[in-house]
Formats: sequence, C-alpha cells, structure tokens
Amino acid sequence: MKRRNFLKSMGVATGASILPFLKYIPVEAAGKKDTLVVVAANGINSLDLHRKGTNRPSYQVTVNIYDRLVRFGVKKLEDGSLAYDSTKIEPEVAESWTVSRDGKTLTFKINPKAKFWDGTPVTAKDIKWSFDRAVSLGGFPAVQMKAGSMTKPDQFIAVDDKTFQIKLPKPSKLTLPDLAVPIPFIINSKVAKSKATAKDPWATEYLHKNPAGSGAFKIVRWDPGQQFVYERNEDWALGPKPGVKRVIVREVPSASTRRALTERGDADLYMDIPAKDSKEIVTKTGGKVKVSGAPIDNCLHVLALNLKYKPFDNIKVRQAIAYAIPYGDILKAAAYGRGKPMFGGRDMKPTSVEWPQPFPYDTNLEKAKVLLDQAGMPGGFETTLSYNLGLAAWQEPTALLIQESLKKIGIKVKLDKIPGASWRTAALVKKRLPMHLENFGGWLNYPDYYFFWAYKYGHLFNSSNYKNPEIEKLVNDTLHMEVIDKKYEENVKRMIGIAFEDVPRIPIYQPYLDAAMRAPVNGYASWFHRQLDVRSITKAGV
Amino acid sequence: MLQAVPSIFGVIVISFVLTRALPGDPAVYFAGAMADKESIEQVRQALGLDRSWVEQFFIYVGNLAQGDWGQSLKTGQPVTEELLKRLPASLELTFIGLGLAVLAAVPLGILAATNPGSWVDHICRLLVTAGVSLPTFFTGLFLIYIFYYLLGWSPSPLGRLNILYLSPSHVTGFYIIDSLIAGDLEIFLGALAQLILPTITLGLFALAPIARMTRGAMLGALSSDYVRTARANGLSKSMILLTYAFRNASLPVLTTLGMVFSFLLGANVLVEKVFSWPGIGSFAIEALIASDYAAVQGFVLSMALLFITVNLTIDVILAITDPRVGLEE
Repeated sequence: MKRRNFLKSMGVATGASILPFLKYIPVEAAGKKDTLVVVAANGINSLDLHRKGTNRPSYQVTVNIYDRLVRFGVKKLEDGSLAYDSTKIEPEVAESWTVSRDGKTLTFKINPKAKFWDGTPVTAKDIKWSFDRAVSLGGFPAVQMKAGSMTKPDQFIAVDDKTFQIKLPKPSKLTLPDLAVPIPFIINSKVAKSKATAKDPWATEYLHKNPAGSGAFKIVRWDPGQQFVYERNEDWALGPKPGVKRVIVREVPSASTRRALTERGDADLYMDIPAKDSKEIVTKTGGKVKVSGAPIDNCLHVLALNLKYKPFDNIKVRQAIAYAIPYGDILKAAAYGRGKPMFGGRDMKPTSVEWPQPFPYDTNLEKAKVLLDQAGMPGGFETTLSYNLGLAAWQEPTALLIQESLKKIGIKVKLDKIPGASWRTAALVKKRLPMHLENFGGWLNYPDYYFFWAYKYGHLFNSSNYKNPEIEKLVNDTLHMEVIDKKYEENVKRMIGIAFEDVPRIPIYQPYLDAAMRAPVNGYASWFHRQLDVRSITKAGV
Repeated sequence: MLQAVPSIFGVIVISFVLTRALPGDPAVYFAGAMADKESIEQVRQALGLDRSWVEQFFIYVGNLAQGDWGQSLKTGQPVTEELLKRLPASLELTFIGLGLAVLAAVPLGILAATNPGSWVDHICRLLVTAGVSLPTFFTGLFLIYIFYYLLGWSPSPLGRLNILYLSPSHVTGFYIIDSLIAGDLEIFLGALAQLILPTITLGLFALAPIARMTRGAMLGALSSDYVRTARANGLSKSMILLTYAFRNASLPVLTTLGMVFSFLLGANVLVEKVFSWPGIGSFAIEALIASDYAAVQGFVLSMALLFITVNLTIDVILAITDPRVGLEE
C-alpha cells in the first residue's frame, strides 16, 4: 500500500519536473547575455591568496576582485587568439610611475579614480599595508615577492596619500613585472585592520572569507566545494567596463560532464580543456563551441635526467637520450598537436635570446647509439622513468613513447607512477627521481628567470641536481640586468648554449593552455597565471 | 552502545596513524607551486607538522574532545562544517538509491523465486548481471549521454540543484525534505529532478545483491517445512508468501541491506564525480590526494560513527522482526 503510493508520487514528480526545467535553464542562465557560466575541474579554497595553503584555482579570485599597481597588456596572436603581453606593462591603480636614476627607487602616483568597494579611495597606506602583508606572511607570496627583490616591509614607503615608493637593494628588471602578478594585490587596510587581532595581525581569518578590495568584480556567493559567483563592481573605473554582469563558476570534477555541459550550451566556458577534447569539440559542434589558446610563456614539458644518479652524470649519455626521444610522435599522441616543437634546432650555438627555443636535437637513433658507445655503454642500461599521475593526460603517453624508443638503443626503462600529492616531495624537494617528466613554467617571462629556477643548483625546479659554476655565475649576473644591457644578450645566449650542450633537461614541447567556449563568448585571453580573467570577457545574446 | 567506545577510539588511532603514513607531504603540497625550502618549513610550522606524532596526536584528541575536528586545508573550511554539509548530500543520494533498489529488487526477487525459470526470473538474472558488471561511472555517464546529452530530458548534471536556485534553508540537510519544510515546491521539484539520474545509477548498482539475496532466501523459505505445513493447512497463497515465507526470508535480506548501504557510501564517490555531486565521497578522495590530514581523519571518523549507527539500527530491526534475535542478549 505504502509502496504503491510512494511509486505513484515519484512518477508524478518525475513527469512534472522535467518540462519546466528544459525551458528554464538554457534560456535563463547560460543563454543570458550578462551572465557567464563557467565550469571548472577544481574549486577554490580561499578568497585570500596570501593565506597559507591557498590553491591554484583560487588565484583567479584575486585576479578578478582585487587591483594591483600595474597589469600586463593583451596582444593578439597569429591565429586570432588573445594572450597577455609580457612586454607591455599598463597602469592599474598607479596612473603613472617613475624610476630614479640609480634604478633603486620606484615612485607610483595613485589614480584618484581608484576606489574600494566601500567607496573610500585607495591610498598609499593601503598599498603599503598590503605589500607588508605579502612579504610578512611567508610561504609562496613571500617567495614571489622576493623574485622582484622585495623582502622587507621597510622597502615600502607611503610618501603621502597618493604617492607610494618601493626601495630596492639594487635595480632589477623583474620588479615591475612582479608587481603585475596576482600576489601584490591591494587590500582595503581600514576594513582589514578593524578585523585584525593580536594573534592574527594580518586578518587572515577575516579576509579568507570576506574579501575587501577595489577590483572590477565582487564575490557575492561562495559555496565551498560547489560554486562561487562574481558580480560586477559598477563603480570600477580603472579599465574598460567588464562585459558580463555576473559570472557563475561551478565545480564539475568529471571532464566528460564538463564537455557535455559546454556542448549542450548549459555552460559558456571551460578552462584547461584536455588537448584531445580541444581538437574534437570544434569540429563536432560545427563551430558552436570554439577553442582559444596560446603556448604558455616560459613553460616547457621536459624529460629531466638526474645527475646524481649514474649514468646520467655522463654528458654523452644525456645527449644520447636527447637523440632518442620520439619528439614527433609525442607531439601527436600526447599533445594532440597542441604543443610547440622544441626539437630540430640547427646549431649547438643559439642565434637568438628567444626562449623557449628548439634544442639542436632530433630523433636520430644511429647518433644516439654512437653516443652511448662513446660513453662506454654500448649495451645500454636499466633505469626508471617516473611521472606524475596528476598529469597523466600528457605524461602517461609521453612516458610510454619514450620507453618504447629508448628500448631501441638498449636502454631498458621501468615506468614508475607517482600520485600527485607525493610528486612534489619526490621530484622537487628530495630530488630523488633518476629520470622523470617535469613541466616548470615561470611567471616572469625571461629566460634567465627560467634558468634561475630550473638550472641553478639546489633550486626547486632543478630536479636534475644539475650544477655548473658557469650557469650559477651567469644567472646571478643576468637575473636583474635590463634586457637592453649590452651583456644581457651575450649572457643569455651562453646560458642557452650550455643547456643545449649539457641537456640535464631535455625539452619535449612547449604546451598550450586551451579554453573551450560557446561561440557568443568573446574576449578570452590566456594568462601566465593560467586562470580566467573575466574582466575582458563579453557575451553576445543568443 | 558502550561497546562502540573502544571501536571509535580504535578508529581515531588508526586513522591518525594511517594518514601520517601517507606518502605525500602536506607542507610541500600546500606551500604552493613556487615554494622554496624556507617557505615549506614555514607552512610545516603553521600546520603544526614539525611536532612529534605523539604530540600531534594528543593535540588532535584534545581538540576532538572539544568538538573541534580541525580545518580542511584543501577547501579552507572547518571539517565539521564540511561534513555536516556534505554528509546529507551523500545520504540523500544513498537512501533514495537504496530505496529504489529495494523497491525494485525485493518484488523481483520474490517473483523470481515463486516462478523459477520463468521470464521474470530471466529478467531478474539479467538485471543482477548488469548491475554487478557495469561500473557506476559507466552507468552514470551512459545515462547522462542518453537523457541529458541526446534527449535533453534530464537537467544538467550539475550537482544537487541547478545554478539558479538557492539551496533551501538548512534543517535536515536533505534538500527534498528541507524544501518541503520551507514549502517551496519549485525547489523540491528541482532537487528531485537532479536526483533522478544519480539515484538510478546507484540503485542499479545496489539492486543486484539485494535481488539475488531475496531470491535465494525466498527459495529457501518456500521449500521449508513450515511453508509446506502452511500449504497443507490450506492457508491463502498471499498469507503463505508474505507472512510465512517472506518474514523468514527478510532476515538475510536485511543483513545484506546493511552491507549494501555501507558499500554504497563508498560507491558514491564515482557517482558524485560524474554528477558533480558535492558529497562526502569526492571530498574524501580529494582530501586523500592532497594529504589533507584533518579532512581524511574526519571522514573516517564520521563513517565509523555512521556504520556503528547503521549496524545498531539493523540489529534493532532484526530483533523486532525475528523473535529469535532477542533484545536481552
């Protein structure tokens, strides 16, 4: 009796609920001109980037709701996609700035139009408080600030309400671009200070959930693990008015579901689309969905050889392996063509400072065998190739193809899969993996910055334990040098030349960052931080 | 009830030790992409992971005693808050999935047992085989493909409620109950529509063991002496079937149900991933991947509490249905 009633009510509810839903969703949400629905694999875990443990997806919140002193410009690529321009620095909160003759003092004039959400003007005091916070809380923000030679609060001076100064120990080309990365964002210090406690002087607990900024968007809703919602700040005057009024970012863990939602038109945009999908989705939907993307600046997918383990300390062995990588096949099977080739360069001496640039290797098994002979290992050897399960989409096929190819020159490779959480400890901190796949990308787009992280001994991304006194000296000399300096070109070319010769890291390709979006969505640009900057997005009516 | 105390304490100790034995290093993970050694150490100190295990354990137990389950690093929220929000989501899915499975499986099992070799029996066998052999994520994706992608009948697989609706005010955490309490029929229907595909997916999976167990137990009961006696005494067919045979056969079915419920909560993980369901399974998996100690421990502990409650409930029901399982024992 009861059972029948229950079944009956289920049946009725099912029939009734389906009809209005179909009409309701597409028209109201994804179809609305001023609302953008974004689906993302991972959710955010904080609204405060300075907090310890803030994850990568949360960077986008900082980008969209806070302002910085300066920002990067945007350029159009050959295929029509938009991407940030690392060479162009534009005003944001600072309307202008000057650099002293000795290059050690940067003075910023604050735009009087810069206003926090509560209507109070952005002052130099707020900027000083925010920058002090960025260098004082430690962790990743402090590291990133250090890259711009900013380490101590006394480097930041609020001269008057509208003038802010940064003092540097020595002039550096990295300081200004480092002010445009997400970290040095400007917080409303009056609001934050009123919530600070003796135990928590930087108001981390408050700002974790309650942002206080001046940016183009505000967060109006955050359901951790499910979604968050941006709403346009109508009073924002530091750039062109954003094209959409509301942005809903919904967490959808399954890639197939994300794709289905985008194809069906229930979602407008999805970031970080797998290379395989980005190739298929355009043709399959007949242009209703488009893909926009750009090669990630200063980022390389590499095969790293750990010099602490024999026989990788032998340069001939490293070169032999560089000649045995099936570059073309990997580009096809692992990157689905969404990668820039980094092989087939002509000369062992680089002719330009362009970075990344193709290394002078190609798949040439004969040459590889000769080099192995010269290294005294004609019969090859056995080793393990480790890769990160968290990045299995490209690393798994890449590892398999390398394994297969190395077998042909006698090197027997055992594959070792490492779960994402343990990866960083094993590869980067302990640096205990003999042969592994790695994918460092530097936020500041300079070759010497890449070398600083990936080729200097003991540095985090030098997972090869590579040590070369000349590289150490070259990087130290060049890192802060202006690119117009006479020595710059010479130094960088020499660095790249050494990397060609020594190959502790064998570049395979430069990856793309792709996003798929519905045809009416325009203005999407790829950023070095690999997050969505919604300020530039517009959406035409359907 | 008192017997549960040592098992809960055991769970606390084991979950603590096991999370520490995970290969990942949370300090490294949460220090961020560009962290150097110094900042990793700073994070380690901030998380209290530089202390000894014993010290950490006593801090943890002390906090638990005060009702503080710690803070999840991955989601940035207190673990209790996360569990209270996500557990109802998973339970709503599991209960309805299980309910659907029971509603389909028990009659099917009984019919199959009363008419062995008939077409009902064959259908039963087919469903059982399908339920066992199809992984839930496949069934889930398949249903999405048909009913959402191709036909467009089902709402978008975006979790418990569509983007436009606000969740009903929290009373029980079960959206379909909370929305009725709030008297909002639209949200009720919205929540129900979102539930259809995932619960069917889960139900198909749970159907197999229940149907098989019902069929087996009923076959056993129908060939027993007391049913023969009942038939010989000329009792009506429905009386024999329901009062004598099924009541006796329901014992193993109930026990199976308890077990199925337990593994359904586990099987939820994949269904949650496919349907973007903000449940406890996906929370646990992500916490595990990130070596998010407090979250993993909180998950294990809450599951242990849940299982103890479920087992207790099943025992009580058994005692009510079967006089042989006495309460005084």
